[in-house]
Amino acid sequence: MPLTPNLTAHWDEPDSYTVAGYERHHGYEALRKALEMDPDDIIGVVKDSGLRGRGGAGFPTGLKWSFVPQGDGKPHYLVVNGDESEPGACKDLPLMLASSQHLIEGMIITSYAIRANHAFLYIRGEVPHVIRRMHEAVRDAYKAGYLGKNILGSGYDLEITVHAGAGAYICGEETALLSSLEGMRGQPRLKPPFPAVAGLYACPTVVNNVETISSVPAILRNGADWYSSFGTEKSKGIKVFSVAGHVNNPGIFEAPLGITMRELLGYAGGIRDGHDLKFFVPGGSSVPLLTEEHLDAELSYEGMEAVGTMLGTATPMVFDETVSVVRAITGWLDFYKHESCGKCTPCREGTWWIDQLLHSLQDGTGKMEDLKQLEDLCAQILGRSFCALGDAAATPYPAAMKFFAGEFEAGTHTSANAQFNPAASIVFPGVTTS
Amino acid sequence: MALTEETRTELLEIIKRYPDQARSALNPMLHLTQSVEGYVSPEAIELCAELLELTPAEVSAVATFYTMYKRRPVGKHLIGVCVNPQCGILGGDEIFSSLCSDLGIGNDETTEDGMFSIEKIECQAACTYAPSTTVDWEFMDDMSVDKMRDVVAKLRAGETVESTRGPVIRDFRATERTIAGFDDGLGNAGGNNADAVMLAGLNVAKANGMPDVDGGNK
Repeated sequence: MPLTPNLTAHWDEPDSYTVAGYERHHGYEALRKALEMDPDDIIGVVKDSGLRGRGGAGFPTGLKWSFVPQGDGKPHYLVVNGDESEPGACKDLPLMLASSQHLIEGMIITSYAIRANHAFLYIRGEVPHVIRRMHEAVRDAYKAGYLGKNILGSGYDLEITVHAGAGAYICGEETALLSSLEGMRGQPRLKPPFPAVAGLYACPTVVNNVETISSVPAILRNGADWYSSFGTEKSKGIKVFSVAGHVNNPGIFEAPLGITMRELLGYAGGIRDGHDLKFFVPGGSSVPLLTEEHLDAELSYEGMEAVGTMLGTATPMVFDETVSVVRAITGWLDFYKHESCGKCTPCREGTWWIDQLLHSLQDGTGKMEDLKQLEDLCAQILGRSFCALGDAAATPYPAAMKFFAGEFEAGTHTSANAQFNPAASIVFPGVTTS
Repeated sequence: MALTEETRTELLEIIKRYPDQARSALNPMLHLTQSVEGYVSPEAIELCAELLELTPAEVSAVATFYTMYKRRPVGKHLIGVCVNPQCGILGGDEIFSSLCSDLGIGNDETTEDGMFSIEKIECQAACTYAPSTTVDWEFMDDMSVDKMRDVVAKLRAGETVESTRGPVIRDFRATERTIAGFDDGLGNAGGNNADAVMLAGLNVAKANGMPDVDGGNK
């Protein structure tokens, strides 16, 4: 399947992120079209295009917008989720750096469609270059008359506020993000009510991922049929994949949903020379890992489900045969333990227990009964927290056990580092023992 | 340096960005106080509480939730090393341990001369650049033990160091001011930042004559 650069099509032009660079390639044409349309018709086009949320959950975008009650007399808000921090995901930050105006045009069209006059862009705090770039982009768009009062003479007003977080993975969860944006601890809220009804400041709010919103202008300009002509029956459209890890040319690859990992690996120059694939995680550390036997599975929502995992953020991490799966899984559990917000007991306590047991297996001091204990713990956590972080923490171990049970069993007598020399996995020269 | 009248004025400016609910300003306000004092001091918590009509306890609850807010003064430069498995396994763990032994400090500690603090950080969404690190939160991608030694030596000598994505490295406090939303004039640094990693797919598509899919672009 060929690659289909769309959002990334002009990244070889150094000013691709500016209003001028964007306008050279039909930038803001979709906005002119949108402002002459009935807002409900825009929602219809996005529904028909089949666009689904690109932040990991894959909820149909147009449907989400249609849940916002209209004529309710309350302010409506669009909040864009730029809190990219799922381990493995590396596509929203590049999009904000190099396709800044795609996002802003998408935000204006979306806000117009849901009848919002104030939109927020929430960017994780740890990425100052992305934050300053988006502040610059918003200033640029105001200067060009695309933001502010009476946009392009349409009578429509929109303000965009760029907001920085302060370091918390959980704020990528939409209700935690809203709490954070309200100046509180970033802890998830129980749903329902969903943000479309009671979101920011208890008003109807659409929360969408950066890539989702950036995809909107081209859909409006070229039509729903154009967009849905890419992808599979249930997974329409084009996706920005990031491929990282033990490959020769890691990077960003834009392709229709349904492309296979084998094809993507080929475009990324294959597994690093002299090595073989051991496992890959197709959509961020929160989804079950896969192995060589799954290379021909479609990278689509349904294709990944069919092999027992999820598309997630569609940002594969690739590990070769030098890597201890026990070490990788333990590292991810360190992460979930660190990032659990503490609100729900199963996640807050469970991540500590899982992590502790995994560390003993990594150190070679585990016991055989730990394996069963881990399985029980994961089952106890799954589905018992407000948000998906608890589920995510309960996912890596059972998935890894399916393919690499022997490595965990070996953790009862031999450390991961004794089984796999960590130096062999390092990609820069000069380290022989670790 | 202590919080001044100017800090108060700038904190009020941040509040104005959120006409519907002042409390939304709290996160950028805390970043701004860190840019003045190098950490979130008890005085900063009192001041934010006063300006937002909250209790200090409410502000403390927020300040202690997020990892970027520091309870102790941070060194001139904050070096972060991603130890999340992708980066950690590809070399981040090795970079972190050699940095610790080179500087003689551990995680979340600061050198005696106040030059460097180091921190294990979680996924920085720079996995395609693994192993990824940060200096004062600016990206230092595709790092190695030797490259990090070089960066540390240059910073110690007061030489110019640039982030691999363009902006010049200033210091922790200057970055905190950027994060608080104040223009630092670096918004265009590094052009669109499209390096070989970001262009990987586009280059393959062009080299193989894959068609332009955007009807409007023909």
